[in-house]
Amino acid sequence: MSAGSNSVNDFVVRFANVNGTGSASANFLFTKSIFRMGIPVTPKNIFPSNIQGLPTWYEVRVSEKGYLGRREGIDLMVCVNPQSMMNDVKSVKKGGYFLYDSTKKLHDEFIREDINYIGIPLMEMCNREFNDARQRQLFKNIIYVGALCGLLDIEVSVFEGLFAEQFKGKEKLIAPNMKSLQMGIDYVKQNFSCPLNIRVERRDLLKDAIMVDGNSACGLGAVYAGATVAAWYPITPSTSVVEAFMEYAAEYRVDPQTGKKNYAIVQAEDELAAIGMVIGANWNGARSFTATSGPGVSLMNEFLGLGYFAEIPAVLIDVQRAGPSTGMPTRVQQSDILEAAYASHGDTKQILVIPSTPRECFEMTADAFDLAEQLQTPVIVMTDLDLGMNDHVSPPFEWDDKRIFHRGKVLTADFLENMPKFGRYLDVDGDGIPYRTYPGTHPTKGAFFTRGTSRDEYAAYTEDAGAYKRNMDRLMVKWETAKKMVHAPELYQHKNHHGNGILFYGTSKYAAEEAIDLLKEQGIHLDAIRIKSFPFNSTVEQFIAAHDKVFVVDQNRDAQMRSLLMIELGINPEKLTSILSYDGMPITADLIQQSITNNLSIHKVKEGTLS
Amino acid sequence: MTYVRPKFRHPELPKNKLGYTLSYYEGALSTLCAGCGHDSISAAIVQACYDLDIEPHKVAKLSGIGCSSKTPAYFLSNSHGFNSVHGRMPSVATGANLANRDLKYIGISGDGDTASIGMGQFVHVIRRNLNMLYVVMNNGCYGLTKGQDSATADAGSKNKTGQVNLFQSIDLASLAIELGATFVAQSFSGDKQQLVPLMKAAMKHQGFAFINVISPCVTFNNNVGSTKSYDYVREHVEATGTLDFVPMMSEITTEYAEGSTEHLVLHDGSIIELHKLADGWDPHNRISAINAVQHAKAKNEILTGLLYMEKETTDLHDMLGTTDIPLNSLTKEILCPGSGKLKELNDSLR
Ligand SMILES: Cc1ncc(C[n+]2csc(CCOP(=O)(O)OP(=O)(O)O)c2C)c(N)n1
Ligand code: SF4
Ligand SMILES: [Mg+2]
Repeated sequence: MSAGSNSVNDFVVRFANVNGTGSASANFLFTKSIFRMGIPVTPKNIFPSNIQGLPTWYEVRVSEKGYLGRREGIDLMVCVNPQSMMNDVKSVKKGGYFLYDSTKKLHDEFIREDINYIGIPLMEMCNREFNDARQRQLFKNIIYVGALCGLLDIEVSVFEGLFAEQFKGKEKLIAPNMKSLQMGIDYVKQNFSCPLNIRVERRDLLKDAIMVDGNSACGLGAVYAGATVAAWYPITPSTSVVEAFMEYAAEYRVDPQTGKKNYAIVQAEDELAAIGMVIGANWNGARSFTATSGPGVSLMNEFLGLGYFAEIPAVLIDVQRAGPSTGMPTRVQQSDILEAAYASHGDTKQILVIPSTPRECFEMTADAFDLAEQLQTPVIVMTDLDLGMNDHVSPPFEWDDKRIFHRGKVLTADFLENMPKFGRYLDVDGDGIPYRTYPGTHPTKGAFFTRGTSRDEYAAYTEDAGAYKRNMDRLMVKWETAKKMVHAPELYQHKNHHGNGILFYGTSKYAAEEAIDLLKEQGIHLDAIRIKSFPFNSTVEQFIAAHDKVFVVDQNRDAQMRSLLMIELGINPEKLTSILSYDGMPITADLIQQSITNNLSIHKVKEGTLS
Repeated sequence: MTYVRPKFRHPELPKNKLGYTLSYYEGALSTLCAGCGHDSISAAIVQACYDLDIEPHKVAKLSGIGCSSKTPAYFLSNSHGFNSVHGRMPSVATGANLANRDLKYIGISGDGDTASIGMGQFVHVIRRNLNMLYVVMNNGCYGLTKGQDSATADAGSKNKTGQVNLFQSIDLASLAIELGATFVAQSFSGDKQQLVPLMKAAMKHQGFAFINVISPCVTFNNNVGSTKSYDYVREHVEATGTLDFVPMMSEITTEYAEGSTEHLVLHDGSIIELHKLADGWDPHNRISAINAVQHAKAKNEILTGLLYMEKETTDLHDMLGTTDIPLNSLTKEILCPGSGKLKELNDSLR
């Protein structure tokens, strides 16, 4: 069976593995080799909520055009998991390839006429070459990477480089790894015509890009922003945020003289305690954060309301996963938008920042600390499992050494000494943001009582209706101030051209950008905007006003961002058309393209019958 | 309702070493019911801080929610206070303490705030040996929500409505000793003589100091048949001993008969002079302390006084290995690794 048309640097490879067999590092090696050849590449882990034994998949998209979203349709399936083989065979695109371990003969039921089979006796080769069981397992993984090297025409020298880095200090591991790789290469070269019609060719498309996951970037951002107290409770997919903070802090924040830590990390008893610690630390003048996912945000609600009302900074990183309840803990969604935006009872509004790339995870986490302290309120960084746990090609991290930590309106002892009367909740500047003091600042001035109950401008308890209302209204003034301080959206055009627009946020960026190109090829032109924060600043309002119809991309069932836009900006629901993806897999360009094409053609038909 | 404090103050009121009068350590006027045990505990805190020459602004007072948790407003008005959310004071105190290890932390809670909604945070703050004073104003009921039984109400105790509590009570002092608290005491709001030196010793303790203070609720749980009423507690108190607190570098003046007096040295060199009454009880031995509490309980007595203490302890900062300098005072120069390091990191990610 002959494969489809020739395709250089444009295909999808999926690996079907068993959780806990060491496949992850082999798969990453494959991705990295393509990255090193200068070609845009994007890997996605598709894994169960399980530690060992269940099927996992790793999907790698290679795209000359730089499309880094997920794409449906598998060109090459590397199947080393008998358990999922039936489905894996089915999921290969017509004309695609199925690479499998041919030590045992493939049963008839796995044979499809319209795909190509690449049988490699992986187990047999390993058993012949290695004695140790663990080694057999690990090197089996490297042999299939070698096979891909031969089949897809990846440069062998790239692997030499990668092994040299990986085994720095353990050089004797390089030789057996190279040998296994070569075994794979040799086998495919002898038995198949190499390369396949899908293959790679060296390019220089990545420039100075890096490859890293969003959670590491968030943890690093917290280190750079000067966070000193981290409190957390483990939950997928947020755990690696604090683990990254732990690692980077251990590297950059230990006093060389004393060996003591310039940071503290506490694994709390639950998320309530985690956010409580964060609020206590921030109240006391330390930058502090926590990371969690949906179930944790639910638990943190009471404290988030306290943070909002008592005006205490806090940074929370919400790595969203598929809900509701425990939902699909290892699958992606953007379904905490509404819960985060209005977290807690009563009239509350929380600041959200929404990164799309690891670089933005780094920057926006750092910015979140400034915003939280300047606005004296919690700031929630809304990332998701796809961004957090998968490696992404990203512009490199950048840090301006002249950047200062914006600690907000905090009065010093000197200032207090010379001022008449301190009022913690007085709106001195008219921007809704009052002045605060840290405990211990001045012997006789500046002490106040922080509470979640209603209070007057001098922090004294009151149930006076006027004082309560003044305070609530001041918080809205502060909210207006926030609109000018939070991240402005990304506009994809200098001037709005077209009648229709598309609006998206977070990891929908990748698929949306691709869809815009695909639609353009079809003759459908859209203006585009990517939201990066809540509250929405005026640019968002203007964009929607300037278009007849705006497609709103949400990776949740309930069109949460669309609702938020309607609620906050009073937009006519008819103007906002939802594009939804909520099956737990990262959204694809195909889905967006299809939805828009369908919508627009239906609309045309309708108009036609009317006229 | 509100107890009225005389406005006139004598110009020659005594002052402590810092030059502050006792009134300087007071707070806003209390809005608790007249006779509420909680007010007496606030007064003991005021007295202890005055006696110890503590700078009020170097104290942070934190609480949860309840009548008891309101009291931080009624003492130390020159200290920052934080009335947080119900049952979660320990976590807020933990964060605050991590941010600045140089302040003193006084946490105030109620029996509802600690033994029910806040039980999880209470046990974990003990495990972490957070350097703080944790006071439970224990009235066996939820005062602020109008008198429902709390988890420290004794089985068989009758509340104001005549209802008898059928559930076993949680003994917070025993629990604290069991969980590894490094200073545990029990007292009665009506016994200022005992409470003040206990507060002082607890504040000097380096590590987690817990005082469970029986503090009757005059409005909802002071009736006949309640085991947390003034009358009942007075009749059933049994002390481990009487004690005096001798600050560091002071001379020990009073003399007691050999054998009955023990000097317990605190971290900073201050001394608790303990005149032991309880037999076979060793304040440095956890098992002995638990036994003493349980023996008293078996006789329907409430054991008060110092129950257990360790002199040298490892607090949370020590366990985490944090710097001696308050984390909230570290500057960007120390905290931010800078662009050079970031370039190296970028390179390692290519
Ligand atoms: C989450 C939450 N649930 C319930 C309440 C209502 N509530 C306020 S105080 C209190 C009980 C307080 O009891 P305790 O801690 O013993 O304090 P006391 O008033 O007896 O001093 C309750 C249930 C609350 N404030 N928050
Ligand atoms: S209700 Fe009870 S606990 Fe509350 S103030 Fe009155 S006496 Fe004290
Ligand atoms: Mg109570």
